[in-house]
Amino acid sequence: MISGFQTLLYKEVLRFWKVNFQTIAAPVLTAMLYLMIFSHVLEAHVQVHGVAYTSFLVPGLVMMSALQNAFANSSSSLIQSKVTGSVIFVLLPPISYVEFFLAYVVAAMLRGLMVALGVLLVTIWFAVPTFVAPLWILTFLVLGGGTMGALGMIAGIWADKFDQLAGFQNFLIMPLTMLSGVFYSLHSLPEFWQQVSRFNPVFYMIDGFRFGFFGVSDVPPENSLAVVGMSFLLVSAATLALLRSGYKLRS
Amino acid sequence: MRVAVAIERVEKRFGSLLALAGVSLQIAEGEFFGLLGPNGAGKTTLISCLAGLSRPDAGKLMVMGHDVLSDYRSARRLLGVVPQELVFDPFFSVRETLRIQSGYFGIRHNEDWIDEILANLDLTAKADTNMRRLSGGMKRRVLVAQALVHKPPVIVLDEPTAGVDVELRQGLWQFVRRLNRDGHTVILTTHYLEEAEALCGRIAMLKQGRVVALDTTSNLLARFAGHTLTLRLAPAASLPAMLSARATQSESTWTFPLGNLGEIEPLLTAVREAGCVIDDLRLTQTDLEDVFLGVMQSSDRRKESAP
Repeated sequence: MISGFQTLLYKEVLRFWKVNFQTIAAPVLTAMLYLMIFSHVLEAHVQVHGVAYTSFLVPGLVMMSALQNAFANSSSSLIQSKVTGSVIFVLLPPISYVEFFLAYVVAAMLRGLMVALGVLLVTIWFAVPTFVAPLWILTFLVLGGGTMGALGMIAGIWADKFDQLAGFQNFLIMPLTMLSGVFYSLHSLPEFWQQVSRFNPVFYMIDGFRFGFFGVSDVPPENSLAVVGMSFLLVSAATLALLRSGYKLRS
Repeated sequence: MRVAVAIERVEKRFGSLLALAGVSLQIAEGEFFGLLGPNGAGKTTLISCLAGLSRPDAGKLMVMGHDVLSDYRSARRLLGVVPQELVFDPFFSVRETLRIQSGYFGIRHNEDWIDEILANLDLTAKADTNMRRLSGGMKRRVLVAQALVHKPPVIVLDEPTAGVDVELRQGLWQFVRRLNRDGHTVILTTHYLEEAEALCGRIAMLKQGRVVALDTTSNLLARFAGHTLTLRLAPAASLPAMLSARATQSESTWTFPLGNLGEIEPLLTAVREAGCVIDDLRLTQTDLEDVFLGVMQSSDRRKESAP
């Protein structure tokens, strides 16, 4: 026996794996370009938390890439199958909405993990990373990827057209991930922007993730874990409610 | 005979449009059932409700005794649906598509059955071809194959031959007939009336979300008499009301259902006496198309006479 969940997960992973040049190699290249440029410009001038700038930048880039790709995975898969109509193949079988949710979110997490691993591997060339607390690293990667995967499901279910999804991505996901302290410590911002950043859940994902590498962070990792855990639960609950209602999937 | 599909007073509204206005149907196990109606009659909506793709506003649908909402797992396992739209997942080959579809239904090692379906649908040579590279007809066959991976006892085909070439249509019907002979219940919606006439044992006609006729195909054909006389009259001609009430009209062509062939002579006499000139004359045996037109028009008339 095999469950609908297992097959849907397998299908979702196979889907991005078949086009891994776009789904994994491309984001790794993008992250490498960021690292090359910023480290070249800033390495000699900036230290954060007593860490050289390039080393500081690596975990943030890894996490940002993972988060963006987790979102991209579930959202693009859903919108594509909705636009082409092939979503019917997963709506006709006896798959519960919980299985449906889990398959898409786990696949998104896995894509995030693979991209994270890819970015980490290429950045070794620039700065050999330290892993002070690997369990924190993994926890934040899984919870962050899961949150973004679930958010991607909401976007993919809601959007009827590709440009609506692009709007979601460009005006919500990009600002949230870019303004999350990937490139700087929160303490280097003016007071006002520090306060604004504290309302951005992605900031806690990055900060907690980075703690795992250096053992230092802007806020205590336990606090970050609480925020990220709550975000995951809230977004998951919202996604499950949408799926349960059949919103835009079962008219 | 057990009931394969039970539909009880199903209503479905899309905004202000009443797509299904209380449809009730019972389809017995082993039947080859036709669902006919013009575009927008509610055929696809009804099938969507049966398949769990749409949720009815009122009423109840069951597949082999399992409610499609409260017991959706059993209901969906017993139902195979060939959708109307030509959809496919561009990431996979034909075989991958069928393996994945099997897995969705909880079936792991399905190779033997997949090979059999592929052979029957003439797809063996294309098994490892990506879906994107298949012709429209081939994609249609894969849709049929996908609906059959879990050997459902009830199969729904929603206009499966729209835009399909004659050869494939014949092959497809042969296969579906065989499935029906093997005990599968088949529900077919189609625009091709001759297809329904040749295949379906019983037919429901839908119009504006209502069942306007439901009977065996042979009864429906008998109801509209054995023969029809079709007259094309010179354009200026106008038939007296006594005659036009008996006929269905399309431009200058009038079709008269005949109870028996003896009615022909008095009819022609009446036409001549009315001063009409006959341009063309055809005597045909009633087919489902006449029945369909007759049912659709008489349901119109009934509505007009309603207060």
